[in-house]
Amino acid sequence: MSPERKIRILIAKPGLDGHDRGAKVIARGFRDAGFEVIYTGLHQTPEQIVAAAIQEDVDAIGLSSLAGAHDYLFPRVIELLREKGAEDIAVFGGGIVPEDDMPALSQAGVKGIFTPGTSIEEAVNWVRKNIKHRK
Amino acid sequence: MFKKDELKKVEEEKEKWVEDLSKILGETPERLQRFTTVSDLEIKDLYTPVDIEEMDYSRDVGFPGVYPFTRGVQPSMYRGRLWTMRMFSGLGGPEETNKRFHYLLSQGETGLSIAFHYPTLMGYDSDSPMSRGEIGKCGVAIDTLKDMEILFQGIPLDKVTTSMTINPPASILLAMYIVLAENQGVSKKEIGGTIQNDMLKEFIAQKTFMLPPKPSLRIIVDTIEYCTKEVPRWNTISISGYHIREAGATAVQELAFTLADGIAYVEAAMERGLNVDDFAPRLSFFFDSHIDFFEEIAKFRAARRMWAKIMRERFLAKNPRSWMLRFHTQTAGCSLTAQQPYNNVIRTAYEALAAVLGGTQSLHTNSLDETYAIPTEEAASIALRTQQILAEETGVVNTIDPLSGSYFLEALTCQMEEQAWEYIRKIDEMGGMVAAIERGFPQAEIADAAYKFQRQIDSGEKVVVGVNKHATEHPPITIWRMKPEIEERQLRRLREVKQTRNNQKVKEFLDQIRMVSKNAENLMPHIINAVREYASIQEICDVWRDVFGRYSDPGYF
Repeated sequence: MSPERKIRILIAKPGLDGHDRGAKVIARGFRDAGFEVIYTGLHQTPEQIVAAAIQEDVDAIGLSSLAGAHDYLFPRVIELLREKGAEDIAVFGGGIVPEDDMPALSQAGVKGIFTPGTSIEEAVNWVRKNIKHRK
Repeated sequence: MFKKDELKKVEEEKEKWVEDLSKILGETPERLQRFTTVSDLEIKDLYTPVDIEEMDYSRDVGFPGVYPFTRGVQPSMYRGRLWTMRMFSGLGGPEETNKRFHYLLSQGETGLSIAFHYPTLMGYDSDSPMSRGEIGKCGVAIDTLKDMEILFQGIPLDKVTTSMTINPPASILLAMYIVLAENQGVSKKEIGGTIQNDMLKEFIAQKTFMLPPKPSLRIIVDTIEYCTKEVPRWNTISISGYHIREAGATAVQELAFTLADGIAYVEAAMERGLNVDDFAPRLSFFFDSHIDFFEEIAKFRAARRMWAKIMRERFLAKNPRSWMLRFHTQTAGCSLTAQQPYNNVIRTAYEALAAVLGGTQSLHTNSLDETYAIPTEEAASIALRTQQILAEETGVVNTIDPLSGSYFLEALTCQMEEQAWEYIRKIDEMGGMVAAIERGFPQAEIADAAYKFQRQIDSGEKVVVGVNKHATEHPPITIWRMKPEIEERQLRRLREVKQTRNNQKVKEFLDQIRMVSKNAENLMPHIINAVREYASIQEICDVWRDVFGRYSDPGYF
């Protein structure tokens, strides 16, 4: 019996935002929880993120933004995934995202947002519940 | 500081006290297994003279304004002059930020501090594809001198001092400020302020990096060399621990890595042939003031004592002003919560108090809504009032270094100093901070500390009120939002500037910058020439990216 395939997640920092403490903590927390994690590092364009996600054949992308550019960057990543025929890669986000911005992100296809105060356990449980393997 | 026989008596009495205590603890144990600081430093139940028996008052504690400055860098401290109330501000475009500057000045702030938006921080203009979605969002959009002119409308540069939180393009913003002053009829010999200009901590923590370490240092030394001669009232670097702490470092790591960065800068400037006593008096520092009260006060005192020793003993500086660690403080952004945001007013107040009891020269207090957005005017006003109430009502400024002599505080100051020296020794063994950064050492320490801390919060071992304890609902608050018209206006302005300026001159000066970048001349005069003609930040930075290459994030986690 082959071991169960792990969920593969790309943790990405889109745009110019350099606040990476949360993304790194989540990346490590996910790895410790048994997911396969790739961290893109900082200053990734949406194009670079989508290319990495497809190349690494991840099940989901976690986007981190603490500089206010989520309203442009998160939907842009989803738009590009669609263009590349990879819209089955789920996208979730984290960071500083005002409540009022969430409906638009949800509309654009962002599956969930982790705001400040989220514990590692909450994020892990959410992924276990909401992220499936790519077909 | 105490007689041997007195200490012996205290030791004996303490033994008895411990015995009696253990009976009580048998029935009513202590509430926690360990009592720790937010940095997880274990704290004892009681401190007595025995805990500081090795201390010598003159050698270790001393007097304010006298080596080793444990009690403060100025002889009269706040009795002579209060700390500068310098609120970090920047939002939307220069018009909006100018309005915020005037507002805060009218509310009583005593110094300016500019927060730039991400494109400016990273050396991009508002019209770069890299800037999409980022314009004016977390600071003010500045592309050319034109924006700086609007930013400083109605603000006389001979009457205020300005701190600019800017790193790769620090030399460019300084050049713009110099030209601005020139245009106001204010000589660069008169202007006062600070550029953060601390690239080492960018690689470690803040991550607004652009060029690799070596060329980054070259540009920094150019600014030190230039200012030492031409802009004598300017603080050339704000050697920062704030960002290192915000990234997850412990208080000891913040202390050690900051001083180690300082050592690297002094070495780099001396390598250039500069006399340490010529530039060292204008190096300044920037620390976090986090929520663990005594740990922070001890940290500030240890920092002063350590830097004094480093400058006098290691670098053999002769001028007492070279030995003085002058610092700005910001209350800890990472201690604030999105839950129950009004709690943040309290946190900021405690953190401000620690900074003042720690002897800071300058202070920014965070606003309650900063876990959501750029602060509103109202929130920023409360933060400023926090400082004013501290200064005018609490009486903590009436005497200098009031907590000195506390057995606990003095012991903690010594303990943190000792642990910080350990780190500095380690970094020295690696070949200095640049080498340590290339190995990923401080980055790994920080990532480990950040992860450990999150685990401690998640397990409940460390409490954050409103988040993992007393986590009740709270009503939503009104937050500041960036308006799309501001972005349009910024892009229009940049287009107009590029059309109406003397593009031939701009090209000439950019070519000069390129040439000088490749040789050993000082870049500053050439940067000044270029910005005077309205060369943009990105135009200059693109030359540097081309000549020196880019630094990309190694992505440790």
